[in-house]
Amino acid sequence: MARNILSVDDSASIRQLVSFTLKKEGYEVIEAVDGKDALAKIQGVCVDLVLTDLNMPNLDGIGLIKALRAISSYRFTPIVMLTTESHTDKKEAGKQAGATGWIVKPFKPEQLISVVKRLLG
Amino acid sequence: MDENRQAYREEVHELLGDLEDALIELEQTPDERDLIDRVFRAMHTIKGSGAMFGFEDIAAFTHTIETVYDLIREGILGVTPELISLTLASCDQIKAMVEEPQGGESADTSKAQEITDAFKAMIPAEDENPAMVPAPADDLKKEIQDNTAQITYRIRFRPHTDIFANGTNPIPLLNELKYLGDAHVICHLNNLPELTDMDPEACYANWDIILTTNHDVNAIRDVFIFVEDLSDIDITKIDEGSEIDQDDYKRIGEILFERGDIKLNDLELMLNRQKRFGEILIESGKVNRSVVQSALAEQEHVRNLRKKRMVQDTTTNIRVPSHKLDAMVNLVGEMVTMQARLTQIAHQKNDPDLILVSEEVERLTAELRDNAMGIRMLPIGTTFAKFKRMVRDLSTELGKEVDFITQGEETELDKTVIEKLGDPLVHIIRNSIDHGIELPQKRKAAGKPPQGTIELRAEHSGANVLISVHDDGAGLDTDAIFKKAVEKGLASPDASLTDKEIHEFILAPGFSTAKNVSSVSGRGVGMDVVTSSIESFGGSVEIRSVRGNGTTITLKLPLTLAIIDGLLVTLGDDLYVIPLGSVVECVELTKKERKRAHGRHVTKVRDDLVPYIYLREVFSLGSPKPAIEQIVITQINERRIGFVVDKVIGEYQTVIKNLGKLFKNIDGVSGATIMGDGTVALILDITRLIVHAEDEDCRIA
Repeated sequence: MARNILSVDDSASIRQLVSFTLKKEGYEVIEAVDGKDALAKIQGVCVDLVLTDLNMPNLDGIGLIKALRAISSYRFTPIVMLTTESHTDKKEAGKQAGATGWIVKPFKPEQLISVVKRLLG
Repeated sequence: MDENRQAYREEVHELLGDLEDALIELEQTPDERDLIDRVFRAMHTIKGSGAMFGFEDIAAFTHTIETVYDLIREGILGVTPELISLTLASCDQIKAMVEEPQGGESADTSKAQEITDAFKAMIPAEDENPAMVPAPADDLKKEIQDNTAQITYRIRFRPHTDIFANGTNPIPLLNELKYLGDAHVICHLNNLPELTDMDPEACYANWDIILTTNHDVNAIRDVFIFVEDLSDIDITKIDEGSEIDQDDYKRIGEILFERGDIKLNDLELMLNRQKRFGEILIESGKVNRSVVQSALAEQEHVRNLRKKRMVQDTTTNIRVPSHKLDAMVNLVGEMVTMQARLTQIAHQKNDPDLILVSEEVERLTAELRDNAMGIRMLPIGTTFAKFKRMVRDLSTELGKEVDFITQGEETELDKTVIEKLGDPLVHIIRNSIDHGIELPQKRKAAGKPPQGTIELRAEHSGANVLISVHDDGAGLDTDAIFKKAVEKGLASPDASLTDKEIHEFILAPGFSTAKNVSSVSGRGVGMDVVTSSIESFGGSVEIRSVRGNGTTITLKLPLTLAIIDGLLVTLGDDLYVIPLGSVVECVELTKKERKRAHGRHVTKVRDDLVPYIYLREVFSLGSPKPAIEQIVITQINERRIGFVVDKVIGEYQTVIKNLGKLFKNIDGVSGATIMGDGTVALILDITRLIVHAEDEDCRIA
């Protein structure tokens, strides 16, 4: 069965690129525009991996990670931050919140695929 | 990517519209936090996505603006009308930049620089952080060092117990290491607590990985990048790969000492004893068994690696007369027999010492046998070479253009099989050129290239080797073959047969001879000869053909002839071996069932009627038959035929012995083998037995 990946980003072009890249690799992609939307979209579906931007309106990436980790079925789900912040504190905050890893924008599609494969095996 | 760039352009226009609205509102209410956030986010997105889609200039340009708005968010800078107009001007600049075709000159570099400088002027000096400039995408490319050097690393991966908490699964990481090269993974579970004390959400395992790879150490670090601070990772180079090291690899004690698993004085103490060092360590309780195993694995990994390098440097061949090899294989065969006898005696006497010895001998014999068989293996390429000349000569003679391709020359087969293969292959290739490949004009008319292709390939498939001859010629003429089959009385005129069934007629004995083949446009020259010779050494023939598109004939051959896997059965007091390759299943035959069939030799196996041969009748055995007999069902060329025997004993690997000249004319027995207790078992020749039974039927009819 194809694995479900939740892609959360307020930039439509990033979402499009992520979806395009991952679908080509045979993954199913669920898109969400911000943290709040993401929490709504995961109702009733099983997500195997989460890719999230950090800077978003409504609920930002850090908040989303915290919210997800509080849901019992998401305690061990890999969560990857997509971030332009090269600030270590943002990355640190994400890791503290429970993120599994990060990808620094700009990234190449191959980098995204390799990280997803590393986490989903 | 162009599609994505277009999506980015559209997004930027949308964001800029939103940005302008926000800026104008912000001018009215300079302290409105939401508005500042909105501006910051829009700039952030334009920057981040810009770099993703190749608009590096926009990314660089917006970077400074983003920095300024970040400072405003933090309250360090305030919103001023100058800032608003400058930001609005930069919106226009971004709009101009995003419309630029890729690689074109930036809209107006001087203007962009002007705006950037103005923004920069607002930033307090210490906040100008050069590290924040986004790295150009090209720098992210992983550099792979020298591709040729195979370096071996020892990686000690000690995840902290809470590693699962951030969603990490260590297994994909280990798998990823395996992709990097030849990896040897050893798992240590010595930290595993009692079940009652175990926290199912904690990780207690740790791993040692010995990895030989041509990637550099950064590629290995990269695998662990997400877990760096949740685990202890230690990567050590243990073999450089390039120089040939004459010395043996480090001793186990040295490895453990170097890894810090034992102390030097412990090491010295232990060295004074005389047992195997690893054993002593475990017994003494200084280290855990898995730790020693891990060190042993490292030792072995590197030793093998170095041995392989040595072998590559020093491989030579020795030429040995083949009769010497045959003699050796014969001796090994006898040894296998004697060994079986030894095992049997050992078990009868039930002497533990004897059993121990016999098991060891069994292991050695098996290894010796495999080695001896391996020596007889030759690459098939030697036979392939001679066909090239044949194809060239024959095609010139017939005025055809043929391109001959061979593949899998390195496939190894028993010497005797290769010798017997020559003639059948000559037949098949001859047929392909003669009847398969059309004349150049005819090929052109059919829309094919004037030059035909014949492909000869060999490949391994389990315990068999497949040799196929493929041509892109006319294919088999099913109509003509069917007509011929009806003529010969092999099929009734109104039978509806599949193409495959019709093709198989050409394999039937006596289907066609060289004399009448000229009247048929299809093929058939001596195909029955091919079939019988291939089947004589346990192989089978398969035909696939598409009219107009060519024909493929595949020969399935056993790897070796000297040893067969057989099914040992009994008939009366005698033992027989049925080659296992053709056995499909065994079913029971009761008296009742035999009666129900009214004397006809057929039985129902899962809704299929399977004819059987009553071996007691064939061999004229008089002894009383058991109440329940067994049918061994065999399958040869898609046909299922049963053989009725008294009892099935089981699988038996056996060395084939020739029966000698005196028994040359015996039909249905292909050889004999000597059992462990010295009795002789005959190896049944299934194909001949079937032919024999069919002849018998004809005579009765």
